[in-house]
Amino acid sequence: MNILALHPLLQVANPNLPPTSTGVFFIATIVKMLIVFTVYMIGVALLTLAERKVSAWIQDRHGPNRVGGKGGWLQPAADGLKNFMKEETMPAGVNKPLFVLAPIMSFIPALTTWCVIPFGAPLPTRWGRIDMVVADLPVGFLFILALGSLGVYGVVLAGWASNNKYSLLGGLRSSAQMVSYEVSMGMSTIPVLLLAGNVTLNTVINQQAWGGWNVVNLTIAFFIFMVAAFAETNRLPFDLPEAESELIAGYHTEYSAMKFSLFFIAEYANMVTASALMVTLFFGGWDVPFTSHDNIGPYSGWLTLLSVGIYLAKVMFFLFTFMWIRWTLPRFRYDQLMSLGWKFMLPLALSYIVIVAMMMLLLEIAGIHPGVFYATILGAVNVILVIVLFAVLDRGRIISPAYGRMHPEELKRLRRLASRSTLSTEASS
Amino acid sequence: MAIKVKIVERPVDEVSYIRSTMKGMALTFKHIFKEKVTTQYPEEKAPISPRWRGTHRMLTTETGKAKCVACGLCPTVCPANCIKLVPGEDEQGNRYPLVFEIDEFRCIFCGYCQEVCPEEAIHVGRHYENSEYSRAGFVYDLERLTSQTHPVCEMWDPEDPKGE
Repeated sequence: MNILALHPLLQVANPNLPPTSTGVFFIATIVKMLIVFTVYMIGVALLTLAERKVSAWIQDRHGPNRVGGKGGWLQPAADGLKNFMKEETMPAGVNKPLFVLAPIMSFIPALTTWCVIPFGAPLPTRWGRIDMVVADLPVGFLFILALGSLGVYGVVLAGWASNNKYSLLGGLRSSAQMVSYEVSMGMSTIPVLLLAGNVTLNTVINQQAWGGWNVVNLTIAFFIFMVAAFAETNRLPFDLPEAESELIAGYHTEYSAMKFSLFFIAEYANMVTASALMVTLFFGGWDVPFTSHDNIGPYSGWLTLLSVGIYLAKVMFFLFTFMWIRWTLPRFRYDQLMSLGWKFMLPLALSYIVIVAMMMLLLEIAGIHPGVFYATILGAVNVILVIVLFAVLDRGRIISPAYGRMHPEELKRLRRLASRSTLSTEASS
Repeated sequence: MAIKVKIVERPVDEVSYIRSTMKGMALTFKHIFKEKVTTQYPEEKAPISPRWRGTHRMLTTETGKAKCVACGLCPTVCPANCIKLVPGEDEQGNRYPLVFEIDEFRCIFCGYCQEVCPEEAIHVGRHYENSEYSRAGFVYDLERLTSQTHPVCEMWDPEDPKGE
């Protein structure tokens, strides 16, 4: 079995320790890249079908069921083929380099983000322990935030380069939306990082395996993160950049064939990444629920398989939630979007950081160390906060994204202003 | 006059966003398992009304000749002017159509031709699947009209308006 050339690279090592030789690391990384990329792309393709199916079921229809047998499994392949054969339009007046670059710019970051997300328990092999993550970056989460913000460039560039007013409006909206919700998204994860004490995603997962899933202890952070994730992925109710009733197709109005398809794939890739992040940060990642032995080892191949399966199941649940909400809620108005982001989510996220940090400080002063009791106290406080937020404060305009009523005096003042303006409609009277 | 903006007072104490969203999600989730209403078209077809007016059909006598006596009523009544009729006469003095063509593209499917026909020869059909490779294919000549087999429209009867 010894391939002579590779022999010195593949040193046999302790299966429960990281591999000792660089060759093993190199080969393992390439294999992981290939597997993850393949599964990811196939998954994204199937997601387009899943979206159509879920939308159909919610609307009491069957959805695509002709191509490739009863379930329509080959529909994504047919769509892909169609997109390859369609005409590539290049409207007059576009900024060519940027026009071509934009779909790539929106596609690559969505794909790259995945390389730091751990998707399974480490796999012990005879060459050493292989971590189930493409690149175990120490800055893990920061890398995700950085790349997540890059995705918006694709959308904005597409809007700008198209030389089309609808595209431009879509791009502008997108940039405003991303900036607004990026802040809340980053802020909402700070309680998670405070609890984990580290930004490495593996630490976050291990902390959850010991101290309970973060969704139990930090429900409000999860809520903010989820809403922000919807906004970041441009999914309904936050799909203002496309808003087909107002902007035709928003930023990708001028795109056709495979360039359009790339935007489409990027949207679903973003969805997968956002779901994976929610699972990793709040739902214990690949942690098998109600067990603790899966996080210390000794690891085994079966455990790896099980944890990957659990992870995929959790991610799929969130993907379904994305679609479920898309076919439930209508789109926000632009002012509602802004007021929800800046007037509700950001203050809430900031005050939540203060509350969680204060609680951790108090618990430390009281001499309670992270463990079951610690988690119970956090959970109890969380229940109270959730009730306050969702039952007491969820009245009228406190949570509602709808802009509040204007004070009558303010309205009168504005009307007076309007009557003096040259733009006023009352020219004659 | 300033623009009047209608401001609806909202019952602030009663409305909620999160809980109503969850209610909405419960509703859409229920619909996932509901019976689907789609008609799987080429395999199953929705029933059409007995008064449906589709592409024409010319009925024939026992000998297989068209019932038409070329009286000229249908081209006269036709509001779309889509029927072309050239009458002929045989040795016994019976009139018959030399040319009888209906341009189905011009036809508005009003059914007047069927109503006006004294011989009950021309009918509009209970049929809707028409496709051709050329526009000329939609000019139905006498041969084409007599060879159609689909059921014909049961016209509106003033005595029996509900068709019972």
